[in-house]
Amino acid sequence: MYRACEGVGKLQATVTQVQPGERAAARLGTGQGAVAIALKGVSKVFGSGADAFKAVDDVSVDIRQNEFFTLLGPSGCGKTTLLRLIAGFEHPTSGEIRLKGKDISPLPPFDRPVNTVFQSYALFPHMTVAQNIAFGLEMLRRPKSEVQETVDRMLKLVRMEQLANRRTSQISGGQQQRVALARALAPQPEVLLLDEPLSALDYKLRKEMQIELKRLQSETGITFIFVTHDQEEALTMSDRIAVMSEGNILQIGSPREIYDHPAQRFVADFIGESNFLKAEVVRPLDPGAEIRLPSGATLTAGVPEGMRPAGSVTVVVRPEHARVVADPAAGALRGRLTNIVYFGTDTHYHVELPQDGEFIVRMQNQRGSEASFETGDEVGIEIGDGAPQVLKD
Amino acid sequence: MAEARRIRPFAVRHLPGFPTMALICFVCLYAPIITLVMFSFNESMSMSQWGGFSWRWYVAAWENERVQQASLLSLIVATCASLIATTVATAAALGTTRTRRYRGLTGIYVLINQPLMVPEIVTGVALLIVFAMVKVWTGYTGIGYLILAHTAFCIPFAYLPIRARLESMDATLEAAAADLYATPWMAFRRVTLPLLWPGILAGGMLAFVISLDDVVITEFVKSGGQDTLPTYMLSQIRRIVTPEMNAISTVFLAISIALVTIFFLLSRGKKQ
Ligand SMILES: Nc1ncnc2c1ncn2[C@@H]1O[C@H](COP(=O)(O)OP(=O)(O)OP(=O)(O)O)[C@@H](O)[C@H]1O
Ligand SMILES: [Mg+2]
Repeated sequence: MYRACEGVGKLQATVTQVQPGERAAARLGTGQGAVAIALKGVSKVFGSGADAFKAVDDVSVDIRQNEFFTLLGPSGCGKTTLLRLIAGFEHPTSGEIRLKGKDISPLPPFDRPVNTVFQSYALFPHMTVAQNIAFGLEMLRRPKSEVQETVDRMLKLVRMEQLANRRTSQISGGQQQRVALARALAPQPEVLLLDEPLSALDYKLRKEMQIELKRLQSETGITFIFVTHDQEEALTMSDRIAVMSEGNILQIGSPREIYDHPAQRFVADFIGESNFLKAEVVRPLDPGAEIRLPSGATLTAGVPEGMRPAGSVTVVVRPEHARVVADPAAGALRGRLTNIVYFGTDTHYHVELPQDGEFIVRMQNQRGSEASFETGDEVGIEIGDGAPQVLKD
Repeated sequence: MAEARRIRPFAVRHLPGFPTMALICFVCLYAPIITLVMFSFNESMSMSQWGGFSWRWYVAAWENERVQQASLLSLIVATCASLIATTVATAAALGTTRTRRYRGLTGIYVLINQPLMVPEIVTGVALLIVFAMVKVWTGYTGIGYLILAHTAFCIPFAYLPIRARLESMDATLEAAAADLYATPWMAFRRVTLPLLWPGILAGGMLAFVISLDDVVITEFVKSGGQDTLPTYMLSQIRRIVTPEMNAISTVFLAISIALVTIFFLLSRGKKQ
């Protein structure tokens, strides 16, 4: 898994100029490294006997303070269940949930410094916008003046000052979304859980709210755990992404790691477009490995951490990491162009390979370099060294 | 013929004789009531001859001491019974909708709705026997028995609208309250209860009307000398029929219509 690399890498980047003795101190001191939520072997089984269903299966992950952490996965993979476990609406069948080192598994939701933005917003319909935002603070018995002050600040933060006294049924979807956010942020939780908060919004508003969310996260410094099944949203917003499938976390890493170095076929397939090729491992390198494609070409490939590849493997190549060239002999692969699709910014070339089926290449369109390919042409496909990624399965 | 039948879809309204049947039903339902209301304003004593408009019978009823007592008892019993029934029904509705499904839930439904299924006369006789024993043991003969009996059969009427309201209410609102540090009690007071009010009010109103109306069970349960308005009227009508009864019935009708109308407005409006 790649998850260890990013944080440590970042930490070391800031620490390299420091003497070794100071390193430990720096690591302890920075907010970057401190763990906000730690899940240890958390499982959740619904039902019992014959219809027992494991919605979350032995999940372990450390979510760092002030991190924008995204749970990404297809419908029904257990994202909401995982959030509900952290919020306290469900209790784990086994495993442990720690908040800043303290085991919170036995605590009810109202005793956890964790707030949720619900998918349906769940705003209180009998209260105004301001009353909704004040609710959490009132329940915490904060003094009136402080409540008022915080509500004003939150209204400003989400740009809703004008609508403070509206009923929540009298505002638009995007505004409701912002009220839900302000309401959850007002008590200053340690961790904010967001369950597909943008899925009800139209495309344009969604883009705006994505930026808004990032802004709010950096301004408040609160840890965000964000659920989505939209890969683009996950890639653009997250510090780290956990890709889930059937109750398991398959891979955790920065958007770059997940995209460029998917460890499993499911991850590669779920995020972005992929070409899968069979290959032979020639010899391991450090890092990576040398592989031979069926065409005979040898290339260096990335290898998932902890894997010792040998024998025949599957590799993934992203469409934009390859180029179509006119000379069939020049590339790593050769095939026949079956389709050319123009997308404005780039063009997709569908190449039929003799053994591996269809291979898609995406090339950026540039002025003056209009490609001279035609369907039916024999072409070569150039794949750069390091572009292929070996998969675990 | 076959052709024509295929074209016209089946609808009760198109059956031969439907309009006639409908008319007969309406006449049966409303003609007696209209007559009753009309003759409550009749100047003369006759129940068949119109002798001019007057408030005479209303005044007579108003000044009748026994009517006053019966009305008072009816109001006290209906108020107490509907208050208790609504409280119990609210708790029951919360207990049956805001929990995970548990064993025996169906049994609880049956228990709550028992008065809707068991014939009133059976309940009446059963209560008569039990209360008779209690009366012998304790010597108490007050209105407690009536209130208790009315509470019992009012509960399902209060329960149904409250439960309907709860079921249409988004349970994530309560989850959101808990998420925002509200203890279960605070979540109930600040979120569930305010949203549930229309249902509770509607349930209470319905229970009130049902209690006000009851004859059968009251007849069995009441102690000697006690009379609610309906049982008083029944006893009077057995002897002589005067337009005074029409006047009381008309007032009754007006109150019932008003309450039921409010009930419908409450249970229909405000439901998002
Ligand atoms: N209370 C429950 N009882 C039984 N099964 C449940 C319960 N809650 C969730 N599940 C099951 O657990 C699985 C995961 O559900 P969950 O809601 O976590 O999915 P999700 O990843 O959030 O999906 P989506 O993207 O559709 O919201 C589903 O198969 C669901 O049917
Ligand atoms: Mg979900």
